[in-house]
Amino acid sequence: MQDFSFLTTWVDNSLRSIMPGWLSVTVECLLIGVGLLLVYALLALFYIYYERKLCAAFQCRLGPNRVGPWGLLQSFADMFKMLIKEIIRLNHIDRFLFALAPYLVIIASMLAFAVLPWGKGLQIIDFNIGIFFLIAVSSIGVLGILLAGWSSNNKFTLIGSLRSGAQMVSYELSIGLSVITMVCLAGTMSVEGIVNEQADLWFIFKGHVPALVAFVIYMIAGTAETNRGPFDLPEAESELTAGYHTEYSGMHFGFFYLAEYLNLFIVSGVASLLFLGGWMPLHIPGWEAFNHIMDFIPSVVWFIGKAILLSFVIIWFKWTYPRLRIDQLLALEWKYLLPINLVNLVLMVLIIVNNWHF
Amino acid sequence: MEVTTKSMPYEAWKNNDYIEKLVQELRDNGTNVVVGSLDKLINWGRSNSIWPLTFATSCCGIEFVSLGAARFDMARFGWEVARSSPRQADFMMVAGTIVHRMVPVFRRLYDQLAEPKYVIACGSCAISGGPFRNSYHVAKGIEGIVPVDVFVPGCPPRPEAMIYGIMQLSRKMKVERFFGGVNRQEKLQKFLEEHPVEGAED
Amino acid sequence: MSTITEKLSKLFPEASIQDGDTPMMTVANGKWHETALALRNDESLLMDYLVTIVGMDWTENLGCIYYLMSSKYNTIIGVKVIAEGNRETPLVNSVADVWGVATLYEREVYDFFGIIFLGNPDMRRLFLSIDWVGYPLRKDYDANPEINPVSTESERQSDFTQQYSIDTDGKLVKKDVRVFEKEDFVVNIGPQHPATHGVLRFRTSVDGETIKKIDVYMGYIHRGVEKLCENLMYPQTLHFMDRLDYFSAHNYHHALCMLYEKAAGIEISRRAQVIRVMMDELSRIASHCLFIGTYCMDLGATTMLFYTLRVREQILDIMEKTCGARMTFNYDCIGGVMQDIAPDFQDDVKALLKVIPQNIKEYNEIFTGNVIARNRMEGVGVLSREDAISYAVTGPSGRASGWACDMRKLQPYSIYSELDFEEVLATEGDSMARFKCRLREIEESAKILEQLVDNIPEGEYCVKVPKMLKLPAGNWFQVTEGCRGAFGLYLESDGSTKPYRLKIAPPCLPQAAVVDHITRGQKIADLITIGGSMDYIVPDIDR
Repeated sequence: MQDFSFLTTWVDNSLRSIMPGWLSVTVECLLIGVGLLLVYALLALFYIYYERKLCAAFQCRLGPNRVGPWGLLQSFADMFKMLIKEIIRLNHIDRFLFALAPYLVIIASMLAFAVLPWGKGLQIIDFNIGIFFLIAVSSIGVLGILLAGWSSNNKFTLIGSLRSGAQMVSYELSIGLSVITMVCLAGTMSVEGIVNEQADLWFIFKGHVPALVAFVIYMIAGTAETNRGPFDLPEAESELTAGYHTEYSGMHFGFFYLAEYLNLFIVSGVASLLFLGGWMPLHIPGWEAFNHIMDFIPSVVWFIGKAILLSFVIIWFKWTYPRLRIDQLLALEWKYLLPINLVNLVLMVLIIVNNWHF
Repeated sequence: MEVTTKSMPYEAWKNNDYIEKLVQELRDNGTNVVVGSLDKLINWGRSNSIWPLTFATSCCGIEFVSLGAARFDMARFGWEVARSSPRQADFMMVAGTIVHRMVPVFRRLYDQLAEPKYVIACGSCAISGGPFRNSYHVAKGIEGIVPVDVFVPGCPPRPEAMIYGIMQLSRKMKVERFFGGVNRQEKLQKFLEEHPVEGAED
Repeated sequence: MSTITEKLSKLFPEASIQDGDTPMMTVANGKWHETALALRNDESLLMDYLVTIVGMDWTENLGCIYYLMSSKYNTIIGVKVIAEGNRETPLVNSVADVWGVATLYEREVYDFFGIIFLGNPDMRRLFLSIDWVGYPLRKDYDANPEINPVSTESERQSDFTQQYSIDTDGKLVKKDVRVFEKEDFVVNIGPQHPATHGVLRFRTSVDGETIKKIDVYMGYIHRGVEKLCENLMYPQTLHFMDRLDYFSAHNYHHALCMLYEKAAGIEISRRAQVIRVMMDELSRIASHCLFIGTYCMDLGATTMLFYTLRVREQILDIMEKTCGARMTFNYDCIGGVMQDIAPDFQDDVKALLKVIPQNIKEYNEIFTGNVIARNRMEGVGVLSREDAISYAVTGPSGRASGWACDMRKLQPYSIYSELDFEEVLATEGDSMARFKCRLREIEESAKILEQLVDNIPEGEYCVKVPKMLKLPAGNWFQVTEGCRGAFGLYLESDGSTKPYRLKIAPPCLPQAAVVDHITRGQKIADLITIGGSMDYIVPDIDR
């Protein structure tokens, strides 16, 4: 297995050899920031293209294919356009909050990037409450949406953002509980630790039924967290025109647009971390030769590949299912997912205590 | 300069003299090299990413739906991201009749579009009032209400005609200047001064 | 026909009754309200379905013709009421408490003719703005564009509606009534809104997510077709039918052609009739397919739209080969159809009939059985049979409430009486029933096509009709089944080459009007579900 930490340690050592420690840390932070921004933008553009192509495939269409080879440059063209679009100044709004909202949304998703297990030794920061940090920062996003809806001084956005608030607060519970279920199995909250725990077998196989149940619940709640269909009520096109970001134009809208796709990536990334081993290759106990071959595939590819695969599932059900109604959405969470989750947690603890897992 | 888009051969276009006039205008005004190449990049982006506003009043709107469906698939060109909010759309396809009661709403929608914005008058109703021209409640074309960039005749135009129309718009975007150039902005400003929204205070 | 005339003359001895195309009874305005109640409630008449109210301007006086139908006996009668008072304030007593839909129909007449209905709870203009000068369908309307100019100024809004009554001194009293409560949170849905299927506007007062009341605003695509027709010769009026409900283009064309043929006494060949019926049924399939698609899209399942449009494109191909257009066909003409069918018409139809069952199966698999879809639709927007009749909700929406209102069965026209097909009925009356009714109607239409595709008789497709068609003086009424319900046409001729009055009674107007009634207390998302399931076409509402 290729360990990427040699790269990071080499950069660190060479920087420290030519400059004082505090400066090298600053430079490293800057480097990481720039790198993160780049990855962020590229991933978002890729995801936009990915979803448009996939949705076209589900709908018996071709999807973008004229701009660049196979339409690959389509989302770049969109980005250029978005960058130069006018940002409309509205009257009778709370300017400060209105401008703040998209940044809050984007910062929330960017912070979550910090703890994702990109590859072996490629994690930006690893600390003992990594997964807790992830849950914490991902809930900042809802603030941005609430602010956007409130500050726009528009009834549609207001309804959209209030829906979003109700939805996010409810589904946060499910996410939290299914994460806790897996943390119990892992015995640690550190992201690195969780990945290493799955070296011999991924949690989804290791944890029997409770892990599977937690996985399904996580995927449902994750979709709701990212405001995607069938839970796209805050921006339900046919009901609220464009929901909470109706009044945003130009790059401000672009931020919401990008954040939506990045959140999709984050949710799939966390799912792959918790259930499919993060960057850990597929290992089956006993099949040494197979495991060895799997190790040859770089860990970054494993992680991003898994995330994209899980995103495929989420996109798949967005383009298949109709949208839920707000009361049904809340009923699903409070009447079904939450009790199941609690029982599931108890079950998981029983399994761990009795050592019934693989 | 041969301006074309989406790998259409230049000869296949019907009205090249108009575009050539625009190009000539552009050349006469002169341009800075750095700004010029940046312009090219931006115009490449703009002309390849034209998002419509979901706006349809009647029959032509249904053909616009067909345009999005598998047979004609406007997604190939990247036009399928139809935005319901005018703030996020690039052009508005005026598909259908505009009547007296709709005029203020329509003008407001246009004003809500974010710059750079374009209008395609699609179908004979939007162009001139069409079969309803003599009616007491129908605006005789939308030209006096908003500035129109492309006219697509037909009642309703076939989806192929709509594709051609949007491609023409894309071509038009290519020969405009975003930086330095004022050819479009000035015309727009002049139009808006000549056609103010009545009764608006701010 | 004569039995109903006898019954009427026995019940209302003071009214004069003419026996024409449809029996027409003339009632004095003073007696009108009690006559209406009697017509509605009398066991032997049960005229519970108000088809339309035709406003009339006979230059010397104004008036209304009410077309009534019995849901039990399938009889149609017309009732003529001459307005009282002068031309400035013509007065007719309202029947809004007798038939639910009358409130809206009376508003329409008020808008076009300025006839004030005493006792109507909501006497506002319907299609035109409140500052509109004049009543456009009056014969002396001044069409000078300077009086009513095109203006970009936002139209004046009023939170009040008017009610008129006569006080003890015989003076006309106007009362202003608030539409919404003062502290209501009113959300404006439309006219530019993806879910209104065009430019319809709902002012919706909500309490959180729950809808308290809806006020429907129409007229954002009101094109004045009825007035336009009065200045055109008969064959020239036909093409407007394509542009009302553009999915029922063939059906509407068929209806107007039949009306003219009936008035002129033209017999058309059987070949033309079979072709017309086949085109009608093809349109019905295409229309219902699009309904399913857009409805699913409204509910958030966008992909379904593309699957249903696939079938629609196939039908449009068939139409295009024969008619030369994809949407506005202008195919039926007085005396038959414009051209003969394309050589491979029959093969194409057979190919279509083959793919329909498997497509319907696919729709059911993807959407109808889906648990989310069922939760969204079942029990949402329940319309009872009584309300459906009272609000004149016809077509598949009415049949989903258990009201057998298929005009192809009730008032058989063309060759429908010879065909074997079932009238699709459901009893639930909710959105799901409306959705399923349309799905099943596709199958029934396919059945009709199957019977006809191999039995297109030889013969001429169009009989010779004089270019300058003159109709004798008189009036005619025709109801047919469009894709969305009963489509009524009233023609009054003064013996010239142009219609004196052509009234179009579209099926979609009552369907939009009933939305308020059935959405109260439901959620905002249900408004989309209900509006979508009603499947109204806005240009058809506004004309």
